[in-house]
Amino acid sequence: MIHDILSENVRKEIDSIRSKFPHDKNKSSIIESLLIIQHENNGYLNEELIGALAQYLNVQKIDVYEVATFYSMFNLKPIGKNTISVCTNVSCMLRNSDQIVEYIEKKLKIKIGESTKDNKFYLKDEMECLAACNGAPMMQVNHVNYENLTFEKIDKILDGIKDD
Amino acid sequence: MIKVCTQTFDCKDPSSIETYIKLGGYSAWREILNQQTPKSQIIETIKDSQLKGKGGAGFLTGLKWSFISPTKSQKYLVCNSDESEPGTCKDRDILRYNPHSVIEGMLIACYAIGASVGYNYLRGEFIGDQWKVTNNAIKEAYEHNFIGDNILGSNVSINIIPLIGAGAYIVGEETAMLESIEGKRGMPRIKPPFPAVQGLYGKPTIINNTETIASVPYIIKNGIDWYKNLGAGDAHGVKMFCMSGHLNKPKVIEAPLGTPFSKLLDECNGILNDKKLKAVIPGGSSVPVVKGEVIMDTPMDYEPLMKIGTMLGSGGVIVMDETTCMVSVLERISRFYYAESCGQCTPCREGTGWLYKTLVKIRAGQGDQSDLDLLNRVANQIEGHCICALGDAAAMPVKSFLTNFWNEFEYYVEKKQSMII
Ligand SMILES: Cc1cc2nc3c(=O)[nH]c(=O)nc-3n(C[C@H](O)[C@H](O)[C@H](O)COP(=O)(O)O)c2cc1C
Ligand code: SF4
Ligand code: FES
Repeated sequence: MIHDILSENVRKEIDSIRSKFPHDKNKSSIIESLLIIQHENNGYLNEELIGALAQYLNVQKIDVYEVATFYSMFNLKPIGKNTISVCTNVSCMLRNSDQIVEYIEKKLKIKIGESTKDNKFYLKDEMECLAACNGAPMMQVNHVNYENLTFEKIDKILDGIKDD
Repeated sequence: MIKVCTQTFDCKDPSSIETYIKLGGYSAWREILNQQTPKSQIIETIKDSQLKGKGGAGFLTGLKWSFISPTKSQKYLVCNSDESEPGTCKDRDILRYNPHSVIEGMLIACYAIGASVGYNYLRGEFIGDQWKVTNNAIKEAYEHNFIGDNILGSNVSINIIPLIGAGAYIVGEETAMLESIEGKRGMPRIKPPFPAVQGLYGKPTIINNTETIASVPYIIKNGIDWYKNLGAGDAHGVKMFCMSGHLNKPKVIEAPLGTPFSKLLDECNGILNDKKLKAVIPGGSSVPVVKGEVIMDTPMDYEPLMKIGTMLGSGGVIVMDETTCMVSVLERISRFYYAESCGQCTPCREGTGWLYKTLVKIRAGQGDQSDLDLLNRVANQIEGHCICALGDAAAMPVKSFLTNFWNEFEYYVEKKQSMII
């Protein structure tokens, strides 16, 4: 059963994550395992996956659920294939990050927090500073940094992402 | 120009072990293993060098290490690479351009406190670049037997293990980080007990910032006086300053502690488009804002910044020019603390919400004088009444923005619009 939900590859990765911690500390593997599982599942988690990980790690389902809901990089609903996070924290705001968000919203015809109709992009409502303040304004697309953004640069980056 | 943590930055292949070794890397670690240097001697050296924590609080690193419980049981070192204080972007550069200084620093710290395991916890958003470089560097160091069992035949065994988070500012707080490593929500613990007594899995644990850890090998290699003398004036040592905001050339500068602010400003080619300097937040968004003219000649060091009513914090220097609307900057800062409060303490959970909502209301032109009093009152109710320093971090900016720019806030509630057009 569980083997149908978590692929052999994922199980192997989870085993190697477990080896980072004392053998009786299974909960410690939850965060990194969830990142792997989410990555394999088009960027989001669901009840079934959460339950499968709990079973595989031999921890309570609620333990996994608590982690999945606390950290902002976990999505509990389907999202577009490519995640865009524009930093709008102080340093980026001073360099006009709000206009960057507005531009992307218009370009993709969505509001922040939404995915495009064709499911190609998800524009995350990012609250955190992404630790690239000297490159403001900046965004991450699938966790790759793009800094000193201009509207032209954004066009190039987003138009360059292939539909597959 | 001095280079400590940034030594490899301009090299061709900065993150490789060959580059690091060519510049004398891992020689401090070899020496310690060869000499079987007493642990207490290393701790004394770090203490005497006056190395202070670069993560925000500025606590003497050697002193912190000396608090490690002397029990024979398992102990841990945790390197805090969560870097998420707004305005701070230095650890990311160390992680991607000088990862071996972090590894060697962790090895020396583990040895000094008697830990056989050191975890380096990177924020989740570093999963693209820094995470890959870190993993690769650790692998290289294992291959050279600088890490692992019976290191270089010395009988010393230490493992260095990289960990990744998944997005949560609060995990940067040291006890929240321990909770996170234990696989739980990142909720800060009540102190005492301090981690040096009861930390990860209940065992004695030392937590240090990435920049702090990366400084260690250089101090061990070059000595106490070398490091102390790097400071300018009365200050000791160096710091990485993350210069951001309205600058012609925002950048990270490693400079002597005690360097006047004006000099850092010059290194960034001054204020963007030659506008006038209005205000500076010198240590990440949690520390009080000061007016530009007040900080201009101030040495960037712990005490001088305290004297002008602010703090060195994490070294995230946010620079604002005359066109900045202070009400909207404060609204943005308050949004952050409201979003990131873990919710355990009522004053923080409720108070950060009040602060943010009140500022949104003022910005919408619906505020009045009583809302300004409310901001002050709520800030006072949060400050000092919470488990961790996030509460204070949310309150301090509010109070300092109101004190320094009262007329701007008053204008906003009277005229229902910003003074800055
Ligand atoms: C809300 C909050 C967030 C923090 N975030 C960080 C962080 O991102 N990185 C960091 O090194 N320290 C952070 N700290 C400080 C740590 O709790 C801790 O003091 C520090 O890692 C100790 O290392 P140091 O002595 O080398 O500075 C934070 C503290 C608080 C209260
Ligand atoms: S002060 Fe805020 S962030 Fe810190 S423990 Fe309390 S509720 Fe959580
Ligand atoms: S404020 Fe945007 S990266 Fe730090």
